[in-house]
Amino acid sequence: MRNVLAIAKVVLLEMYRRKEFYVLFILTIVICLIMGSINIFNDNQIIRYLKDLCLLLIWVSSLIIAITMTARQIPAEREQRTLLPLLAKPLSRNQLIFGKFLGCWIVCGLALICFYAFFGALAASREHQWPLLHYLQAAFLHWMVLGVVVAMSLLGSLVFAAPSSNSTIIFAICAAIMCVGRYLDQIAAPMHEPARSIVYFIYYAIPHLEIPFGMRNLIVHDWPIIGWNFVFLDALYLLAYLVFFLIAAGLIFRRRAIN
Amino acid sequence: MSVILKTDKLRVEYRSRELGQAVKVALNGLDLEVSTGEVFGFLGPNGAGKTTTINCLLGFVQPTSGAASLFGIDVRQPIARQRIGYLPEMTYYYKFLTGEELLRFYASIFALTGAEADKRIDQTLKLVELDAARKRLIKTYSKGMQQRVGLAQALINNPDLLILDEPTSGLDPLGRMKVRDIIQRLKNEGKTVFFSSHELGEVETVCDRVAIIAEGSLKAAGRVQEIMRGHPTLEKAFLNIIGYQADKN
Ligand SMILES: Nc1ncnc2c1ncn2[C@@H]1O[C@H](COP(=O)(O)OP(=O)(O)O)[C@@H](O)[C@H]1O
Ligand SMILES: [Mg+2]
Repeated sequence: MRNVLAIAKVVLLEMYRRKEFYVLFILTIVICLIMGSINIFNDNQIIRYLKDLCLLLIWVSSLIIAITMTARQIPAEREQRTLLPLLAKPLSRNQLIFGKFLGCWIVCGLALICFYAFFGALAASREHQWPLLHYLQAAFLHWMVLGVVVAMSLLGSLVFAAPSSNSTIIFAICAAIMCVGRYLDQIAAPMHEPARSIVYFIYYAIPHLEIPFGMRNLIVHDWPIIGWNFVFLDALYLLAYLVFFLIAAGLIFRRRAIN
Repeated sequence: MSVILKTDKLRVEYRSRELGQAVKVALNGLDLEVSTGEVFGFLGPNGAGKTTTINCLLGFVQPTSGAASLFGIDVRQPIARQRIGYLPEMTYYYKFLTGEELLRFYASIFALTGAEADKRIDQTLKLVELDAARKRLIKTYSKGMQQRVGLAQALINNPDLLILDEPTSGLDPLGRMKVRDIIQRLKNEGKTVFFSSHELGEVETVCDRVAIIAEGSLKAAGRVQEIMRGHPTLEKAFLNIIGYQADKN
């Protein structure tokens, strides 16, 4: 565990010192601020619409941060050849994978805390209320989704050669799951075999990231929070995928020649 | 004296990604033995298989057949790497860390923390003469400094065995001399040093024993004087052993 934490800490330090990471972050916040200030009529409908847009923007930029950051980790270590002195230490390859994962996931968590705190402040300045539990539920499941995405990107970075193609593919997969993932069974129903079985299989095999994604509606429409048991069940469900992707990454990386 | 590093009929084949390409035999049944306290020079022309051997010793490359061990422990186990220091060929280090942070990071992987780590970091930075630059980001280091920070990371755990892959290549004469000095000092401390090189001059001055490989096979091994027997210089002996006839060209 000490080794894992040491690796994670270097990931954090890198993200903290690399400047390009802040660009997207600040851009997101600035766009949200602008949207927050254009609401001159204080019309409820418009407020909802803007809240929805802000949350969507936060989702998209958090995904971009998570994917691009993670996809770069191991390819950069290979390219700079820092992988060699590192793996020459008494550090197992699984520890390296897990450390990278943990570092990236923590960065995602920190980014989410900033995003949701900022969103909360912006919304409070308009509506004078703090639905704290809503934010907590939404941010927690959002973070779990990013965990799955980080693990997936890490796996992808071992499978695909270039970080850019890996990032694009993972982002496309995430976007596809969030947009059509929940309708796949309805899409499959009228189909003919074997397409029907294939689409059904995809429906049951993919991680359904759209459930937490849909939770932003609770915030947007001020609906009551959902049951915590459901939140934890969904978190467990996402955790299973996260672990699966990490194990797959570990297995692939284990036998990979490093040179 | 006990054997500290051993390879046993080590064979490595690289499969080419393109179809129809023959496999490339990088190592062909290599046997090596290095005992404690030796400075061992591992010589061979470019492409002979030196880096491949070292990559096997560190578990980076799985041998096609044969085995390798450090301290009698099979290299596939991470624990075999607890008491070694390794300097790769041409490596860059994390640019966004300072020299000191880099060493602290590697020290923590050896479970070195607190005052013990501080002491070790001070010692190694002094040894490689980077004490003044310890708070600077590595991206501001010169090439010679990068190589020395590499040596520092290899020494951070006070290893009993050092594996250095062409430690002096690409350095200016002063840089080479410094590296040679460090190897000499480590030898005086009783450490074992295994390093690959094709700089025969430095090998002659610091090595107890050498092995010469070419095209993945061991061509000669023994004390420097034995290898040189019948030849005016180590260079002539080396060229003769790898089968290069000067007068034919
Ligand atoms: N990843 C690889 N794939 C294919 N061939 C390789 C690979 N790495 C090294 N080789 C080949 O193996 C041989 C030995 O290489 P290497 O061990 O790097 O030599 P040295 O370090 O002695 O210069 C060379 O002919 C080289 O071209
Ligand atoms: Mg080499």
